[in-house]
Amino acid sequence: MTIKRKLEENFFRGLSAIFTLLIVFVLLHIIWSIAQKGISALSWQMITQEPKGGFYLGKEGGILNAIAGSFYLAIAATLLAFVISLPVALFMNIYLIKYRRLLLGIRFFLDVLWGVPSIVYGAFGFVILIYLGLRTSLGAGIITVAVMIAPIMIRAMDEVLKTIPIGLQEAAYSLGSTKTETAYKVFFRQALPGFATAVLLAFGRGIGDSASVLFTAGFTDYTPAKLSDPAATLPLSIFFQLGSPVDEVQNRAYASAIILVFIILAISISARFLSGFSKNNQ
Amino acid sequence: MVTAISNTSPETVTVTIPVSQPIVNISNLHVYNKKEQILKNINIGIPKNKITVLLGPSGCGKTTLLKCLNRLTDLHSDLKLSGSITIDGDDVLNTRNDITRIRQKMGLLLQRPYPLPMSIYDNIAYGLKLKGITNKKIVSQKVEKHLKEVALWDEVKGRLKSSAQSLSIGQQQRLCLARGLAVEPEIILADEPTSALDPISSRVIEEEFLRLRNDYTIILVTHILRQAKRIADYVIFMYYGEIIEYGEAAEIFDNPHTDILKEYLKVGH
Repeated sequence: MTIKRKLEENFFRGLSAIFTLLIVFVLLHIIWSIAQKGISALSWQMITQEPKGGFYLGKEGGILNAIAGSFYLAIAATLLAFVISLPVALFMNIYLIKYRRLLLGIRFFLDVLWGVPSIVYGAFGFVILIYLGLRTSLGAGIITVAVMIAPIMIRAMDEVLKTIPIGLQEAAYSLGSTKTETAYKVFFRQALPGFATAVLLAFGRGIGDSASVLFTAGFTDYTPAKLSDPAATLPLSIFFQLGSPVDEVQNRAYASAIILVFIILAISISARFLSGFSKNNQ
Repeated sequence: MVTAISNTSPETVTVTIPVSQPIVNISNLHVYNKKEQILKNINIGIPKNKITVLLGPSGCGKTTLLKCLNRLTDLHSDLKLSGSITIDGDDVLNTRNDITRIRQKMGLLLQRPYPLPMSIYDNIAYGLKLKGITNKKIVSQKVEKHLKEVALWDEVKGRLKSSAQSLSIGQQQRLCLARGLAVEPEIILADEPTSALDPISSRVIEEEFLRLRNDYTIILVTHILRQAKRIADYVIFMYYGEIIEYGEAAEIFDNPHTDILKEYLKVGH
């Protein structure tokens, strides 16, 4: 019996360790293979210039248009999503706190939206565009991405707000706060570190997504100057560069991937740093 | 003279005690949740500027009764209230009354401190601003006054702008008391306010209550018998959602009428 339990223990511990190593290995391998192929094409020019020199997306110049497009799009979409998400998350946790069944329903609904593939949002955005008689543009991309990341942001904020003890709410009410005051003066501050993480999580999803912007933001070889301009994005520039028959352009796809991975890594690290930092300071 | 109890349960003893000016009047209060009745026909007057202790075993409805007084029961959808509670003439359970104003008549101290996520200074100033006091000079005078009132001023005067979370838990609880006093309530509701505190911090809170009794009505929920004996003027003994006995502390402790209370006092020693 003891030998059997010992074997069992060792077996499952070993299994867990192997799978853990495997998943870390796969991640490192992805980064390694992107780096291997892309590092030769990566240059200062790549991140400071717009594409030049012909073939579809250019062998010369850089992908500044896509970097700028991605940042414009992700930042504006995140801001827009924040404006929508903050009241919703606070509403759920302050006004609807009594209605447990309704809350369960809303959370379920948001989780489903979270799981909807981004191409569906893209198609949805496209249909709306046609209906309104607009063309692909930065503005349309921003709205589509905002709609896509809002459920993520709401649920992430909601999870933070759920951890706030009922005692704090009681304390705020006992001082004579209204619900709105409790929401924006007490809960908002209490949840701020967690909100930073929620915002950056949504931002990361927004900047890395390609399918939602495929039909809505379009693609160009110049940096958008206004909301009605079409905008290039990093994921789509990887997609189009990989599709090119020219080797040099293909290698540039990997260089673009390095840049994208680097941006997302930087966001993740700052999310960690921010939440840790403000937790210590509260 | 006010008849404090008019309960019909066979275990209940009707006690008539002199309540000269009851500040809180509870009549025919019933509280149900989905499955059971949590409070059964509560009828009681709570005297002004005294410490009234709600005593009884866990789960007997003490905390629910306390939270009915400032309608924090609103936070729970499954609680249904009937009956009436008047505080200083205001009908608490009437939803047409401005509950935020009524709540400001009562400071609240919970089982553990919940400082607001802001500085020590702003924790006190928050309630003042809700009352419409915006003059900076008056606000800072009041902050100082109320921090002195709970004997916290000397410990924090050098770091008023630092986070309230940086205080020890005993200091946080005193800050919460000061925060409650800043809205100038008439009543202090305290729900086992020393249960998370070390003995020394607990003693500080108890001494605070004894001092505040001159100006405030204090309603204290506790299951610590010795604490009740140390500070209570009046005792309400509850059991399974009912008030079993109510009277002056000395009378309740020295001359219990019901078997339940006798047993509770015996075991509690």
